[in-house]
Amino acid sequence: MEAPVPTSRTWAPMAADRGILPLALDRVCFIANNKLLIDHVSLELGPGVITMLLGPNGAGKSLFLRLCHGLVPPASGAIRWLGPEATQAARHQAMVFQRPVMLRRSVRANLDFALRARNYGRARRRRAVEEMLERADLAALAERSARVLSGGEQQRLALARAWIMRPQVLFLDEPTANLDPAATRRVEDIVGAIHDSGAKIVMTTHDLGQARRLGQDVIFLHQGRVIERAPADRFFEAPQTPQASAYIEGRIP
Amino acid sequence: MKNLKSRLISRLAFGLLAITLAIAWGTATHAKARRHIVVASTTSTQNSGLFDFILPRFERKTGIQVRVIAKGTGMAIDIARRGDADVLLVHHRPSEEAFVAAGYGVRRFDLMYNDFIIVGPTADPAAIHGVASAADAFRAIARHRALFLSRGDESGTHSREREIWRDTGIDPSGASGTWYREAGAGMGATLNIAAETDAYTLSDRGTWISFANKRGLKLLFAGDPKLFNQYGVILVNPARFPHVNARDGQTFIDWLLSPQGQATIAAYRVNGVQLFHPNATAGPKP
Amino acid sequence: MSEIATAFAHAFRLIVELDPKLVEIVLRSLGISLSAVAIAGIVGMPFGALVAITRFPGRQALIILLNSLMGLPPVVVGVVLYLVLSRSGPLGIFGLLFSPTAMVIAQTCLITPIVAALSRQIIADLYEEYRELLRSLGISTRRAIWTLIWDGRLSLVTALLAGFGRASGEVGAVLIVGGNIVHVTRVMTTAIALETSKGDLGLAVGLGIIVLVLSIGINAAAVVTGQFARRIQG
Repeated sequence: MEAPVPTSRTWAPMAADRGILPLALDRVCFIANNKLLIDHVSLELGPGVITMLLGPNGAGKSLFLRLCHGLVPPASGAIRWLGPEATQAARHQAMVFQRPVMLRRSVRANLDFALRARNYGRARRRRAVEEMLERADLAALAERSARVLSGGEQQRLALARAWIMRPQVLFLDEPTANLDPAATRRVEDIVGAIHDSGAKIVMTTHDLGQARRLGQDVIFLHQGRVIERAPADRFFEAPQTPQASAYIEGRIP
Repeated sequence: MKNLKSRLISRLAFGLLAITLAIAWGTATHAKARRHIVVASTTSTQNSGLFDFILPRFERKTGIQVRVIAKGTGMAIDIARRGDADVLLVHHRPSEEAFVAAGYGVRRFDLMYNDFIIVGPTADPAAIHGVASAADAFRAIARHRALFLSRGDESGTHSREREIWRDTGIDPSGASGTWYREAGAGMGATLNIAAETDAYTLSDRGTWISFANKRGLKLLFAGDPKLFNQYGVILVNPARFPHVNARDGQTFIDWLLSPQGQATIAAYRVNGVQLFHPNATAGPKP
Repeated sequence: MSEIATAFAHAFRLIVELDPKLVEIVLRSLGISLSAVAIAGIVGMPFGALVAITRFPGRQALIILLNSLMGLPPVVVGVVLYLVLSRSGPLGIFGLLFSPTAMVIAQTCLITPIVAALSRQIIADLYEEYRELLRSLGISTRRAIWTLIWDGRLSLVTALLAGFGRASGEVGAVLIVGGNIVHVTRVMTTAIALETSKGDLGLAVGLGIIVLVLSIGINAAAVVTGQFARRIQG
C-alpha cells in the first residue's frame, strides 16, 4: 500500500439516528422487452457493511444497482429509503459506473462540477477539491484533461468525484472490470477509505478474489431473483444453494 | 476554478461576438438614419446604368440619398402599392394610370422614353431583318417556329410583347415549352438565356446596349412606333401612406422633370449611344 | 473557358487593389451573416439541447419538423418576411424592409433551424454518454443543458459553421427583403446576381471566387481556434 489515505474528523461515520438508510425493496420487478429482469425482489440494505452483489452474466446486478440508486423506476413494487433524512435521499447517494464517464474538462474541473451541482460556494469548493486531489492521489494530474488519463486514473477520478459529495451510500458497478491488478489495488484502497469515512458501499463484481477481499455481506442474484444472502465468509465457505456453489466454483459464467 | 487560459479564450470569443453585433447594429442604424427616399423601379432601367449616372448628381445637389429597388414592373408597382416605396418609376402607362386612379399615387408624369428592339441569332433563320413591322417580325418567327424567349414575368417588356402577339392574332402560349419559351426572369437573365440558346427575344435598347454577354445575338429589328417605350414617374400618395417621404420624393420628381434633370438623362450614353430620350412636358407641380 | 480566366483576373485585381466598393460589400456581408449566426447560436443551441434531453408529447414530430426546416428554401423565407415586414404587413410600423436589419432577420430565420437541428443531434449523442452520470449527480435540466453545450463546444462549432455557410451563401432571402440597394443592402451574393443579370459573367464569377476564399478563411480560422483550444485544455 502506498501513502496511507489521511482521515479527518469531519469524515466521521454516520450516527444511527441520522441518514437515509436503511433502503427497503418490497417485491420489486423490472420488465424490458417482455422479459422479467428483476423478479419480485424484497430485501433491506442497512448501514455499515460493504454489500457485495454477485451473480452470473444477465443476473440483473447492474439493473439492481440502478433501481436502488433511482436511475430507473421499477415496473412494480416499492423502493423506499427509511432513514430520518429519507426525503433528501437523492442528495446523499453517488454511483460509479463500470466505464467512468469523464467530462471533457480537467481533473480539477470534474471534481468541481460535482460540487457545483450541490451549490457549494466558490471558496468551499476550492478547499474541498484541493483536499480530495490529495486524498485520491490525483494532485499531479489536476490540470490534465480527464479524457486522456489511463483507465485506472479515470476510475480513481470517478471515485473521487463521488466521494467529494460525501455520500452516505455509494453504488459501484464493477469498478475494476477493465483495470490491471495495480490499478485495481489502488481503486480498492480508495473504496476502503470511503467506507472507513462512514459511507455504505454496495458494489457488484465478477472478481471473486475482490469479493472475498472487500465483501462483508453478500447478495447472490440469479435470473433476477435473490437466491442467497449471507455474511461474506459464510457465503464463500458454505454456500447454501446449488446455484451459489456452481457460481463460486466457476461452473456458471 | 476554471483554467485561466480557457477563460481567456471564452472572453476573446465573447468579445468578437460583441464586436460583430456592434458593427452590425451600427451598420443597420446608420443605414436607417441617413436622409433618403426609396424608389421602386425596373431591372431594365437599373441594368442600363442610368441610375448610376444620374443619381450621384441629384444626391450631390440635394444631399438626399436615393435607394433604388429594381424589380420587374409588376413587382415594382406591388412594392409601391404596399407603401414600401416613396416614388414609382416604371414604363407601363396603363398600369401607372390605374395606380394613380386607385389612389396609390398622386399624379403621373411623362419622364423619358426609349424603345424596344428585337434581337436574335446572327443567322436570323426567321428572316425578320427588314420586315415592315414588329407584328410582321413576330409572325415570321411563329411561322418558322424559331426559338423565341419571353420575359414571362409581368414586366413592362413582357406586357409589350403580349400586345404585339395580340396584334398578330397569334397566341403563342399554346406552344409554350416548344419554340416559345417563358423565362420568368429579368431582362439581363433573359438575354443570358437567349444568347446561350440562340433565341429571338424582345428587349429594351438600354439593357441591350450595356449587356456584356451578347455572344451570337444581334439587333435585328427596331423602329416600329409600337416599340416605343414611355417611362412615367409617380409620387406614392402620402394621404394613403403617411410615412412616405413626400417632401424629398417630390424634390426628386421635380428635379427629374426640370431642364437640368432632363439634360442629365439625355447626357447618359453607353458606347457613345444615347439610351434615354427625355420627354417631360412642363406640367404644373401638384 | 476564357470567362473563367477573366474571372480569376477580375478576382485577383479586386483583391489586390482592395477596391473600396468590394471592401464595403464584403464587410457588410460578413456583418450580416455573422450576426445571424450569433443570434441563431444563442437561440438554436439551447433549444436543440433542450429537445435533445427532455421528453414531452410531440417530441418526435418536433424533431422531424426541425430537420425538415433545414431545407427551407431561402426565397420562401424572403417572400414571407417581405409580406410581414412590408408597410402593409403586420410589422410594417417598424419600417424594416430594405434594410440590413431585415436581412439579418431573414438569415436568422433561415439558419436557426439548421443550428438547432444539428445541435440537437450533437447534444443527443453526448447525452447518451453523460445521461446516467448527470442523473446520478442530480443535475437539473437547465444545468445539464449548459454542461452539455460547454462539453460539446468543439462539435457545436461545426453546427455554427454550417449555419454560416448557409447564411453567407444564400441570395434568395436577402435579395427580396434587402433589395440589393447599393451602399445600403448590397452583399456579395446579391452583387453576384446583379453582375450576372448584366451579363458581366467574368466579374460575377470573380466575386464568387472571393466569397469562396472568405469561406475557406473562416473555416480555417475555426479549425485553428479549435486546435488551439484543444491544446490548451490538454
